[in-house]
Amino acid sequence: MSDPSVVEDGGVNATPAPNSTTLKKFYHDMLLIRRFEEKAGQLYGMGLIGGFCHLYIGQEAVVVGMQNALLPGDQIITAYRDHGHMLATGMDPKGVMAELTGRAAGYSKGKGGSMHMFSAETHFYGGHGIVGAQVPLGTGLAFANKYKENGAVTLAYMGEGAANQGQVYESFNMAKLWNLPVIYVVENNRYAMGTSVERASAQPDFYKRGESFNVPGVSVDGMDVEAVFEAGRKALEFVRGGNGPMILEMKTYRYRGHSMSDPAKYRTRDEVQSVRDRKDPIDQFGKKLVDRNLASEADLKVIDKEIRLVVNEAAEFAIEAPEPDASELYTDVLA
Amino acid sequence: MPAMTMIQALNSALDVMLAKDPDVLVFGEDIGYFGGVFRVTEGLQKKHGQTRCFDSPIGEAGLVAAAIGMGAYGLRPVVEIQFADYIYPAYDQIVSEAARIRYRSAGEFHVPLTIRTPYGGGIYGGQTHSQSPEALFTHVTGLKTVIPSNPYDAKGLLISAIEDDDPVIFLEPKRLYNGPFDGHHDKAVTPWAKHKASEVPEGHYAVPLGKAATARAGSAVTVLTYGTMVHVAIAAAEETGIDAEVVDLRTLMPVDIDAIVRSVQKTGRCVVAHEATLTSGFGAELCALVQEHCFWHLEAPIQRVAGWDTPYPHAFEWDYFPGPKRLADGLKRALEN
Ligand SMILES: Cc1ncc(C[n+]2csc(CCOP(=O)(O)OP(=O)(O)O)c2C)c(N)n1
Ligand SMILES: [Mg+2]
Repeated sequence: MSDPSVVEDGGVNATPAPNSTTLKKFYHDMLLIRRFEEKAGQLYGMGLIGGFCHLYIGQEAVVVGMQNALLPGDQIITAYRDHGHMLATGMDPKGVMAELTGRAAGYSKGKGGSMHMFSAETHFYGGHGIVGAQVPLGTGLAFANKYKENGAVTLAYMGEGAANQGQVYESFNMAKLWNLPVIYVVENNRYAMGTSVERASAQPDFYKRGESFNVPGVSVDGMDVEAVFEAGRKALEFVRGGNGPMILEMKTYRYRGHSMSDPAKYRTRDEVQSVRDRKDPIDQFGKKLVDRNLASEADLKVIDKEIRLVVNEAAEFAIEAPEPDASELYTDVLA
Repeated sequence: MPAMTMIQALNSALDVMLAKDPDVLVFGEDIGYFGGVFRVTEGLQKKHGQTRCFDSPIGEAGLVAAAIGMGAYGLRPVVEIQFADYIYPAYDQIVSEAARIRYRSAGEFHVPLTIRTPYGGGIYGGQTHSQSPEALFTHVTGLKTVIPSNPYDAKGLLISAIEDDDPVIFLEPKRLYNGPFDGHHDKAVTPWAKHKASEVPEGHYAVPLGKAATARAGSAVTVLTYGTMVHVAIAAAEETGIDAEVVDLRTLMPVDIDAIVRSVQKTGRCVVAHEATLTSGFGAELCALVQEHCFWHLEAPIQRVAGWDTPYPHAFEWDYFPGPKRLADGLKRALEN
């Protein structure tokens, strides 16, 4: 087996190294998710979004680093903390926000809600509310890639809590056995709802969880978008090269509650604040851009201003858009 | 007697049983240190210790299966599945093992397991946090299925379930946790404290499995229902002025056929109501039982009021939920002939 850590910049099917434009795009993409999620939180507080709503704030570097390393045609599948993933794939913030408010213009016509959206156009395969369910589904997508010889790779995201579901290990075994082009991205944000990693996991190093199936894994600083991108680029090249599946463990952190009604009794405010202060993916990366003279403070402000406009428009759209007609209730149950 | 919400009553049942029987263990996702998503297990770990009340990793198939093994070896596990919508990974173990070990071992082994799980809609939970899967369990021989509708019953039934030597699926109507929700989603819910069923003794008591209760006495038509729909049915009766008798089944399997027959023979008319999807729902079984046992007493076709045959939608909660209006229509139809 070749070693995924020694893959060099390669042939036509490799992700190019980042340049100043792509780096600024990283910043933009992360900030878009941050502002979108802040707005979703506000709308929720105003009663315009109901039910479950899991914000991605704090974890933006993971999805942005990975998404920017993909090639066209690669697929993404994830769980319910999915707004960031959808925006990163290029789904329209208006359609995502309108799904949150349950409107006909939402990606699932308002019938899916925050956790259940899809987009064939951007190769986003959902949005899954059942913890762990997306992992074997992603394995199946990868199987189809191999069968069709389309050269695409599937990213199957999961939380570190989901990584304890039995079907994850069934997936690792199948993926290795059948040599499938899939990367399992474990977003280790240290908590599954109110339960910390230590209270639920005998092996808390999730990148090692494929060892007995010979699935290689790498631990990545998921708060550093460049590190994520680099790790993603190498992993994609390895997997696309026909070497079978890989696991990337992203060490990250969720700032907000699990969902919107989280009593937050399982960690201290200080813990959250100290991560924000020291490790915030957007602040850190913004500073780097400025230090390296790739952008000025003013440039970053302009990006923020543009994003705020986009997000405000999405919110207005999602508030104004009509609710679905009740006749829609029975559509799409069966063909 | 203290006034308790359904959450407090369930907590009290677990507390009483942990104190009474050293073989009782309480575990599940987020239930120990955190105290549970709906706070049903709050404080129990602190009081009874980590060996009696503990967190499990996320993995319903494994945690339920381990509980079955514990039960077969003489322990009395009470597991929580955080939402009924997450029970499906464990379904194989429930059906093929828990429900069958007594029969398969010719009575040598049995599984005194209780699986508690919040079910039902009305909280904007959408597709994966609102389902009512009771019929998937009532269809399985070797299981008991229980659904309380108020704090007093919740505690007494949970104690009976834990003390029962067979596996019990204990479905908790989550919309009733904090008050007797009657389907009027635009009105504030009266707190349990104002309801007489919130008077819950602090110590041990049992409400027997297999016994229905009359939630509202009446003579015009019988409503057979359970869980949240009990309160919806009472509201529909009050609002229409139709003198309905609301029978709260409390245990679906084994169902209290005597109570059903008594009421339907008296009224001669019957409405069956549940939140779950209509087709092959538990209501179908109730209709069959009523026509088998009460055919010559029926004066009109039995009416069913249920959820639509669709997944539980995010945007149409109150179109989907069979509220007092739909129930009132059902009552009127049952009185037509
Ligand atoms: C099968 C199943 N079990 C339990 C749940 C309830 N639940 C939803 S999210 C969650 C925690 C998952 O944590 P993790 O995988 O770490 O993802 P994170 O929320 O941290 O992004 C739990 C227990 C569920 N949705 N599905
Ligand atoms: Mg997590």
